[in-house]
Amino acid sequence: MDGKFIKFGKNLVTTDEFVAEGHSFCVGCGEALALRLACKALGKDVIIANATGCIEICTSPLPVTSWRVPWIHTLFENTGAEISGIEAGLKILMKKGKMPERDIKCVAVAGDGGTSDIGMQALSGAFERKHDFLYLCFDNEAYMNTGIQRSSATPYGASTTTAPAGKLSIGQTTWKKNMAEIAVAHDIPYVATACPSYPFDLINKVKKGGEVKGPAYVHIFSPCPTGWRYPTDLAIEIGRLAVETGIFPLYEVENGRYKLNIDRPKLRPVEEYLKPQGRFRHLLDGEIAKIQEHVNEEYAKLKAKVACFAA
Amino acid sequence: MSKRVGLEASFAAAEAARMADVDVIAAYPITPQTHIPERLAEMVADGELNAAYIPVESEHSALSACLGAAAVGARTFTATAGQGLELMHEVVYVASSMRYPIVMTICNRALSAPLSVWGDHSDAMAVRDAGWIQVFCQNNQDAFDMTLWAFRVGEDPRVLFPVMVHFDGFHLSHVTEPVILPEQKEVDRFLPRFQYPFALTPDKPMTHGAFGPPDIYSEAKIAQEVAFRKSKDVIIQGFKEFGDIFGRYYHPVEPYRTEGAKVLLLTMGSFSETAKIAIDTKKNKGESVGLINLRLWRPFPFEELCQAVKDAETLIVFDRCISFGGPGGPVSSEIRSALYNEKERPRVVSFIGGLGGRDMAVKDFEYVIDQGREIVEKGSEELFETVGIRGEVTGIRG
Amino acid sequence: MTEKRLKTGPDFIWRDMEVGNIVTEAGSAALRRTGDWRSQRPIIDKERCNKCGLCWLYCPDVAIKLLEDGYYETDLFYCKGCGICAKVCTREAITMIEEEEE
Ligand SMILES: Cc1ncc(C[n+]2csc(CCOP(=O)(O)OP(=O)(O)O)c2C)c(N)n1
Ligand code: SF4
Ligand code: SF4
Ligand SMILES: [Mg+2]
Repeated sequence: MDGKFIKFGKNLVTTDEFVAEGHSFCVGCGEALALRLACKALGKDVIIANATGCIEICTSPLPVTSWRVPWIHTLFENTGAEISGIEAGLKILMKKGKMPERDIKCVAVAGDGGTSDIGMQALSGAFERKHDFLYLCFDNEAYMNTGIQRSSATPYGASTTTAPAGKLSIGQTTWKKNMAEIAVAHDIPYVATACPSYPFDLINKVKKGGEVKGPAYVHIFSPCPTGWRYPTDLAIEIGRLAVETGIFPLYEVENGRYKLNIDRPKLRPVEEYLKPQGRFRHLLDGEIAKIQEHVNEEYAKLKAKVACFAA
Repeated sequence: MSKRVGLEASFAAAEAARMADVDVIAAYPITPQTHIPERLAEMVADGELNAAYIPVESEHSALSACLGAAAVGARTFTATAGQGLELMHEVVYVASSMRYPIVMTICNRALSAPLSVWGDHSDAMAVRDAGWIQVFCQNNQDAFDMTLWAFRVGEDPRVLFPVMVHFDGFHLSHVTEPVILPEQKEVDRFLPRFQYPFALTPDKPMTHGAFGPPDIYSEAKIAQEVAFRKSKDVIIQGFKEFGDIFGRYYHPVEPYRTEGAKVLLLTMGSFSETAKIAIDTKKNKGESVGLINLRLWRPFPFEELCQAVKDAETLIVFDRCISFGGPGGPVSSEIRSALYNEKERPRVVSFIGGLGGRDMAVKDFEYVIDQGREIVEKGSEELFETVGIRGEVTGIRG
Repeated sequence: MTEKRLKTGPDFIWRDMEVGNIVTEAGSAALRRTGDWRSQRPIIDKERCNKCGLCWLYCPDVAIKLLEDGYYETDLFYCKGCGICAKVCTREAITMIEEEEE
């Protein structure tokens, strides 16, 4: 840790690495990059609670660890509760004078499964109780760590091992659960979506989420070459396409006010995003049109929310 | 000056947590545990206790929040019962394996179905292999004393294991008895401040809960097991220190009027109090009987148990839990295997009763002793006997 | 003890486990080589490089290091050969070549 920075235009990015090299994420993993950038944004004064999943498994093989910040993993579905205990514990120890007063960010890290499925209850509880913490959901749109099983965040039409495409099925037959909106519904001060193809935007949002008093949620799109079946060098393109097609819009909701961070006058056709990925390869034109229609609708809804606060 | 007050066991446990100056409480209400979190929440609201009370949304989250709080070095307390402990099950193993000295009161409750809010020991037995220190209370004074003692022992740097303090739902949790409360300065003398050596802090980043590939998992588990068994020395030392300060001495295995007794009855929890009366009555009639109260359930006190029963001819073990399809109640099967290699050992007769809050009166314990004696003489077709069940129970065999 | 804690093997016995399996050496996984996963290797052409640093920014494996002179270098101990650096380089200064058997 030497505290140096590299300059990219007006953006400074620290050379400190909080997740050490030598981790075992797959070749070209977008989640690994997203994590690396998020941790740069957080700095060293954090405590991270990590749900079971790719991030946990790829960074903590006993007897060693990739982590250079205090880190804890206990279970798959309890991260919201665990970070509540960490936050409450630090606060009361400082209040009782058993620990010097200082700013330590409490950060929960989980996959889409650990967030929008099995961990939803614990997270909802932590939001509702208004603990001061930041929750980062790394969304690779399936249970990757256990072998690409579908989650409620898997998009319509994607083939996974438990919702495979077959003669009678297109794979996932439901639309992706909108976790960011569920976070917004808890009336928390900060919610944002991010993608590692937009590193400075991601870093800013994670920083903001860490600084906000009260619960904050950042939903991070995390391209997965293994589960999505695209070539290992394409993570950045795939992320950009997700944003530019409107499939994964980048926005923030601060105290209930919506703001689009990247708004293209004209969205690119979803086909450009779907094509390079093996998980969508079986989709016929009719299904692609259906996805296009859905994206148009959802994007319009989002723009309407943004418009409410534009004036 | 210590003072004598009327308290139900739930309030006694809450009072002990207050005097221990706990930092974090995370709990979810379930009958018959409700009075504990209610009382603690009230203490926090009134400023009698400087603690964070986290009103979590489930028991799974209650114990998970305790993990987080303990990991940063907070003294941490929770309480539950029956279904709540079942819902926690996954987290129960994590707490002991990661060596967080959380103290948890269990107001023992039967398990569904059918739904029952009343007491038995099924909940405690379902977590017996989870690596927590487990003690059972006979009365409300025990409930106070064991809670205080649990912090002292669990947090000892030679131990660092979580502790479950069990007392029977309703039979103790909701019954008021006189309890002697010590002075704060005595408590402070007994219970040093919690100094967790591995607290998560940015000053010395550590990794808690890394995963165990096959080439290391077994070593991790053996290290845990050896440390857990070793904790018995500190458990006993803790009982001794407690006695030296507060005047009440406890033991892993507590014999009552057993000198020269041919027949021994073994019970746990509040049953021991009633069973003592049955023993007194029988002794008065000249019968050669005595009682063993098993206080420490985990780590199991093999040595002490064998020593306490070696001169008896018959040992009747009374379980408040069924181990479906097993050799008898969990306590009796444990005791049979504890005694198996002993040269001098009594015959063990297994009884099951008092399930789901069914009262066991003095006469029931007398019946158990008489029946037990008869079975030793005449033999029995069944693997275990029952008490208080309407209708003849047969067909309990392998 | 410290050395032992970093690597399992015949020398590592159960007594070497820290209480609660806690890992006290931050970032100790950095001793793990992941370079042997590679089937392709990035070659950086200094002539074309304008020191923009995008390869460094986007590498998921922290396998690109900043040199004193402002240029970048791949760290083949860690580089898994994904090709992301080559893809994001706007000046085509990085090419991926097949990894040869050594
Ligand atoms: C209670 C429980 N159920 C199931 C599992 C198995 N499991 C571990 S990780 C995982 C999937 C993780 O998916 P996600 O949260 O999306 O993270 P990813 O691995 O995709 O990054 C599953 C199903 C578990 N560890 N615990
Ligand atoms: S499965 Fe996907 S998310 Fe998991 S490590 Fe591999 S590429 Fe990354
Ligand atoms: S090929 Fe991949 S792992 Fe290797 S330096 Fe380039 S981006 Fe990093
Ligand atoms: Mg996932």
